[in-house]
Amino acid sequence: MLSIKNLHANVEDKNILKGLNLEVKPGEVHAIMGPNGSGKSTFGYVLSGREGYEVTEGEVKFDGQNILEMEADERAREGLFLAFQYPVEIPGVSNMEFLKASIDTTREYQGKEPYDAVTFMKLAREKCQQVNLDQNFLKRGVNEGFSGGEKKRNEIMQMIMLEPKLCILDETDSGLDIDALQVVADGVNACRDDNRAFIVVTHYQRLLDYIVPDYVHVLSDGKIVKSGGKELALELEEKGYSWIDKL
Amino acid sequence: MSEVIDQYVKTEYEAGFVTDIESETLPPGLNEDVIRFISAKKNEPEWLLEWRLKAFENFKQMQEPEWAHLNYPKIDLNEVSYYSAPKSIEDRPKSLDEVDPELIETYNKLGIPLHEQEVLAGVAVDVVFDSVSVATTFKEKLAEAGVIFCPISEAVHKYPELIKKYIGSVVPQKDNYFAALNSAVFSDGSFVYIPKGVRCPMELSTYFRINEAKTGQFERTLIVADEGSHVSYLEGCTAPMRDENQLHAAVVELVALDDAEIKYSTVQNWYPGDENGNGGIYNFVTKRGICHKNAKISWTQVETGSAITWKYPSVVLRGENSVGEFYSVALTRNYQQADTGTKMIHLGKNSKSTIISKGISAGKSQNAYRGLVRMSPRADGARNYTQCDSLLIGDRCGAHTFPYIESKHPNAIVEHEATTSKVSDDQLFLCQQRGIDAEKAVSMIVNGFCKEVFKELPMEFAVEAGKLLEVSLEGSVG
Ligand SMILES: Nc1ncnc2c1ncn2[C@@H]1O[C@H](COP(=O)(O)OP(=O)(O)OP(=O)(O)O)[C@@H](O)[C@H]1O
Ligand SMILES: [Mg+2]
Repeated sequence: MLSIKNLHANVEDKNILKGLNLEVKPGEVHAIMGPNGSGKSTFGYVLSGREGYEVTEGEVKFDGQNILEMEADERAREGLFLAFQYPVEIPGVSNMEFLKASIDTTREYQGKEPYDAVTFMKLAREKCQQVNLDQNFLKRGVNEGFSGGEKKRNEIMQMIMLEPKLCILDETDSGLDIDALQVVADGVNACRDDNRAFIVVTHYQRLLDYIVPDYVHVLSDGKIVKSGGKELALELEEKGYSWIDKL
Repeated sequence: MSEVIDQYVKTEYEAGFVTDIESETLPPGLNEDVIRFISAKKNEPEWLLEWRLKAFENFKQMQEPEWAHLNYPKIDLNEVSYYSAPKSIEDRPKSLDEVDPELIETYNKLGIPLHEQEVLAGVAVDVVFDSVSVATTFKEKLAEAGVIFCPISEAVHKYPELIKKYIGSVVPQKDNYFAALNSAVFSDGSFVYIPKGVRCPMELSTYFRINEAKTGQFERTLIVADEGSHVSYLEGCTAPMRDENQLHAAVVELVALDDAEIKYSTVQNWYPGDENGNGGIYNFVTKRGICHKNAKISWTQVETGSAITWKYPSVVLRGENSVGEFYSVALTRNYQQADTGTKMIHLGKNSKSTIISKGISAGKSQNAYRGLVRMSPRADGARNYTQCDSLLIGDRCGAHTFPYIESKHPNAIVEHEATTSKVSDDQLFLCQQRGIDAEKAVSMIVNGFCKEVFKELPMEFAVEAGKLLEVSLEGSVG
């Protein structure tokens, strides 16, 4: 589903990704760990096509297509979803309105029937409940005045609604209390199926107890320096990143 | 010297418009004869001619104001023509096919029905479309309620006492340069009178007025709400209006007698000029209302058009417990410049005012809020709340805030809040990452920013205003 070869990328002329390789197949969950500043968020932005993130070398195929040619919004409609490490607020634009615009354009692009207003409302309410957000959140501005944890749950709620093919979760677990962590993990696990893949960026082994990955990768200085199964996360937790450096 | 006006005047000549006094269009220039000509053309009574001439005397003593945050070539008023009869049927486009396709495209984007497009674009239609019968029914309904709604030129003949009493009573001739000019040469406009205790049975909208009169570039409107009455008036239209006249100087006067309420909503979308800053309307407007005891006046405006906007809808809170409100969205892009805001003059005890201003600047435009809140020594217990937010799109535009507060009463409360924000890359990217394209994202963010004002607009106007912002913002990203 996702095939990344020798990916190099710059931000403001600073080289951040330095030859990254990754293969993700449908149904898989890949965890990415790595020290602060190693390029994890940058990787998510590069994949999703954020302006200012310039690919200088390498290729990225998503479902066989070269997505580096596409605008960010088109990649999103193709089914690539990024849950932000720091979701921003959009004052005055209600969550509902935002979600509706997002869903409508995405479904239209994918050739799916549009939801009628009633179905949409019903779904939105259901999904709110699923991530333990009060329905009133739908009426509030996008992330406006949300607590850190509420913002993260809101991201997951959007993800569930959009039914993407590939979900990149950037530290969705940070700032969550124990119950919220469970809720988010349940949300993700409920979405897991044979056609959908996840890239989960995290600093903590704890999340991976709930969302059990098929692979764990360690990103350091813009490259994947070690890959393994879920036990790699445990080993990392025990030995720290300096262990990787010594390898 | 304004080249643009110059240009316009030239083309007019080339197009073969005649120049003698018998003609339908006056040659450029401003003098007493011009004023007599206008008055005679309209068959006005002597007192009104005198009134105009007095205004002209005042005008001659005045200087064009220069304090606004606006930069434009001085207007040579002697290069403006002050009277032109509406175009005859033969001179107008025969069908929409003859109208600038770009204009039609915009109409379509705004979802304006065909027959309305024809009226707006000045097509010579046999006036048989639906709205006429609708207009007639509405007229009957208004008459039943005793409401007067007609062109001010007609009111001068039919209701001279009302006009004499109130014209210039809110905006005196000498108020400012442009008001004096308007008083001398005003073309036409609306007159509304709501009798005591009457709630106007419908919103009075310009849409119906388009059929009534072409008001020209020096519009003058007078609305009188008698004691305990209520009226909502909609001015303007979201469709871009093209006008050959570059200079517009309107005057609007509102009188809300005891316990009356006037809600005045405007959508202004005059031609803003092209992307290089050429052409566009200069809009110098004086709008003011007087609020008597327990009365309320509420101005709501959405300003997206014109190259230059100079406009400060104000309320004189004369009576006890009177209420004044000003809700404004002003959007500028390309090379547009707006200097707009309000004045709330608190004279009455316990008078209250609210000001919510949202300025949006894109491109290389300049957008200024200028507001005055004055608490007189008599204004015991008066209160004002002002919130003034600016939103920037891109980094070549400017937002400016000039709040003036004069408080002469120790008990009066004046609160002022101001914010400036940008449509951030983070916000844009969040939208895009959810599949929403950049243009739609900007319009959504801007609409969100304006929400507090839009909710003050009458329902159907609010929807149109949202769409208008969307269309106006096209091409402002990237
Ligand atoms: N706009 C930018 N301009 C300059 N440097 C940047 C920019 N964005 C990111 N960087 C740098 O790129 C490097 C990688 O940042 P990134 O946010 O991808 O790290 P991360 O692995 O997600 O870290 P964390 O674990 O703290 O979230 C950092 O050194 C950061 O300072
Ligand atoms: Mg990060």
